[in-house]
Amino acid sequence: MRCLFVLAGVLLFIHKTQAQSAESLIQKVKAKFEKIHNYEADATLKTNVSFIKAPIANVKIFYKKPDQLKIINKNGISFIPKGSVNINFGGVLINNSDYDVIDAGKDSTGLHVVKLLPKEDTADIVLSTLYIDERNLLIKKSKTTTRENGTYELGMTYGKYSEYGLPDKIVFSFNTKEYKLPKGVTFDYDEGSKKNEERLRIKKGRVEITYTNYIINKG
Amino acid sequence: MTFVIEARNVSKDFKEVRALDDLSFSVQQGKVYGFLGQNGAGKSTMIRVLLTLVRPTSGVVEIFGMDLKKNRKQILKNIGAIIERPDLYKYLTAKQNLEIFAVMSGVKIREKEIMEQLNKVGLAQRVNSKVKTYSQGMRQRLGIAVALIHDPELIILDEPMNGLDPQGIADVRNLILHLSKDLGKTLFVSSHLLSEMELIADSMLIIDKGKKIVEGKVAELLNPGETNVELETMNIEQSRKQIQGSLWGKHFVGESNGKMILKMESDKIPVFIRDISQMNIDIISVRPKHSLEDYFLSLTAHHG
Amino acid sequence: MVRLLKIELYKIFKRPRTYIAFAVITVIILLVQIALKFGGEEYVDLMMTGAKETFDIPVHQILNGYLVCFIILNLLLIHVPILVALIAGDVVAGEANMGTLRLLVSKPVSRFQLLWVKFLASSVYTIALLIWVAVFALCLSILLFGTNQLVVARKDEYDIISTSDVLWRYGAAFIFAGLGLITVAALAFMFSVFADNSVGPIVATVCVIIIFTILTQLQIPFYDETIKPYLFTTHMLGWKGFFYVRGEEGVTIEGSIEHFSQIIKSALILVGYTAVFLAIAVWYFNKKNILS
Repeated sequence: MRCLFVLAGVLLFIHKTQAQSAESLIQKVKAKFEKIHNYEADATLKTNVSFIKAPIANVKIFYKKPDQLKIINKNGISFIPKGSVNINFGGVLINNSDYDVIDAGKDSTGLHVVKLLPKEDTADIVLSTLYIDERNLLIKKSKTTTRENGTYELGMTYGKYSEYGLPDKIVFSFNTKEYKLPKGVTFDYDEGSKKNEERLRIKKGRVEITYTNYIINKG
Repeated sequence: MTFVIEARNVSKDFKEVRALDDLSFSVQQGKVYGFLGQNGAGKSTMIRVLLTLVRPTSGVVEIFGMDLKKNRKQILKNIGAIIERPDLYKYLTAKQNLEIFAVMSGVKIREKEIMEQLNKVGLAQRVNSKVKTYSQGMRQRLGIAVALIHDPELIILDEPMNGLDPQGIADVRNLILHLSKDLGKTLFVSSHLLSEMELIADSMLIIDKGKKIVEGKVAELLNPGETNVELETMNIEQSRKQIQGSLWGKHFVGESNGKMILKMESDKIPVFIRDISQMNIDIISVRPKHSLEDYFLSLTAHHG
Repeated sequence: MVRLLKIELYKIFKRPRTYIAFAVITVIILLVQIALKFGGEEYVDLMMTGAKETFDIPVHQILNGYLVCFIILNLLLIHVPILVALIAGDVVAGEANMGTLRLLVSKPVSRFQLLWVKFLASSVYTIALLIWVAVFALCLSILLFGTNQLVVARKDEYDIISTSDVLWRYGAAFIFAGLGLITVAALAFMFSVFADNSVGPIVATVCVIIIFTILTQLQIPFYDETIKPYLFTTHMLGWKGFFYVRGEEGVTIEGSIEHFSQIIKSALILVGYTAVFLAIAVWYFNKKNILS
């Protein structure tokens, strides 16, 4: 019986220690983000969705602390996935007091997995899972489930702006709804090809944003 | 003697109808050739053959000494024509119509020449009016101007005096005579105005049901030495039998409108009258016929 | 030959009825542009139904001159053939009706040359009509709505074409559309040769266009496999192919055409139809007795 109490105590201690470790990791990553009040970035946006063919767009991305983000294509048309505002982690991290932080250990690549659960039942984000490079304090990957826009994944690659926690490239993967159009608005003609049913069954899309330039904290 | 048109054994069949039946004739250069026949006789068809609108089923047509089939373009350059009515572009003016047909005829024409042509036919005052505002007579005159715009050697006129008032008819008659006598043009004219044809035609061809009835110089055909005599009696059947059974039988030509037609020299007419009176034939009238109209009617009635 | 062509064009363009088609086209285009100016964003919103649940759609950018022109062409190019038939069907039969055909055929111009020049003139009219469409549908739309990338909504995808990649496609599409309309002109022209009155050829051409277009649009497998590939109305729609781009991993390849060989095949089929219609017209006209 005594052994059981000791074991329980040890486990609780380990959990609390690890929980603190996830918390402190998040705090450190957050501290990095807090340095950025705003930025303006030039980027290219490449869409890879089964029902869209689009040219690679030159876009401008505007961020303002804590959670305002806008992607603008001045010279063309870009379909911006809903929920793209969440490619910036400021909103999640800076207000992390609204979230419970759960340490999920390390994944196979050595990234520290931290889950964020909102305390508020009505928050849009239901669950956010962050894959963090502990050494460099960089979020390499995230999986977020939202009420409005389903589940999406973000994969980040860092370069010269890593000290700010700003990626060189983000790959934003999301679920797509079924492509259906009223017949009267399509501009088709029978050119002899068969409908690519297999392609249409793919219900996932991807957007790659490659940053070429950041102007940070310029106002 | 040069022949401008030579038609040899020309036939034309339209499905079950034989419109032209082995027709042969010749048109002498510089003369006015009258082309006569009742409605449906085949005149328009023959004119259309001459103008390559219709291909003959058989036979040969030579114009200017050339085979029409093989030298169409060269021949048509020298032909001007009115075919039935002179239908022109009603939404265009007289001047515009003349310009168009001058180009189609292969000639370059200046405004001055156009005005000259219109002056000749009395349309100079209406040169810029649209043809749809013209009367029938004015359209007829414009049609003649179109036919002459390229100064052709052969002029084919199908009913050129249709719709014209007496002055207009006289003008056309004088124009035809001027073209023939003064300018040496050859004219091939079909008309129903037999009295006019008698005045202008040098030679003529009468056809009926596509066949030639008679061809020759007008003066010879209407030889005053021989006249058609029209005899009306109380009983034509009996009278005909009596006359055909007598010496006068060889003069019998035919019947028309219940009257007998006989051909004889003018000085034999009194003898004829005396003889038939003695045959107890009840005579109502005896009338000699000298005009082209009389001649025409007598021929076509016989063949009708 | 040039002088004869000038005469034929003169005759066509001197007739008031020639301008009806230009007026009709102008009115239709203006009506569509006005409608899109005031209700275009709703239309684009409907057009983007396939993507707006997943993406934020810049409706005001999508509604630009290139899209407006594309919409107009899709509406108009089904109906312009009827306007072409109005003139091409009249070019020989109308002369027969007026009584002028017999004068023309009795001139020192071969029947073949006469027919050829008349067909060329009706083709010039057709191209003039198309240029009119281009000016109003494209140029005026660009003036009113500006330019941007062109979004083409297809049954299984959206193609977004770069702004710099659009104009040449319109040039090619208009040329192809011209070929299609000349095929219609040839059909009406052929009917015109058989008749002495232009009403018959015009009505016959319109009926053929309507029936064939219905068969083209019907999605019935039986017709898809048997008749549809052979209808010239099926191939007249080939101009749309210039707006189908190839893509690689979702990225449009600038300057590309997805089914270029099919467009070439359609063009050749249209040329073939035109040649057949003209051959029949020439054959018949050469042996025809001109009795009008």
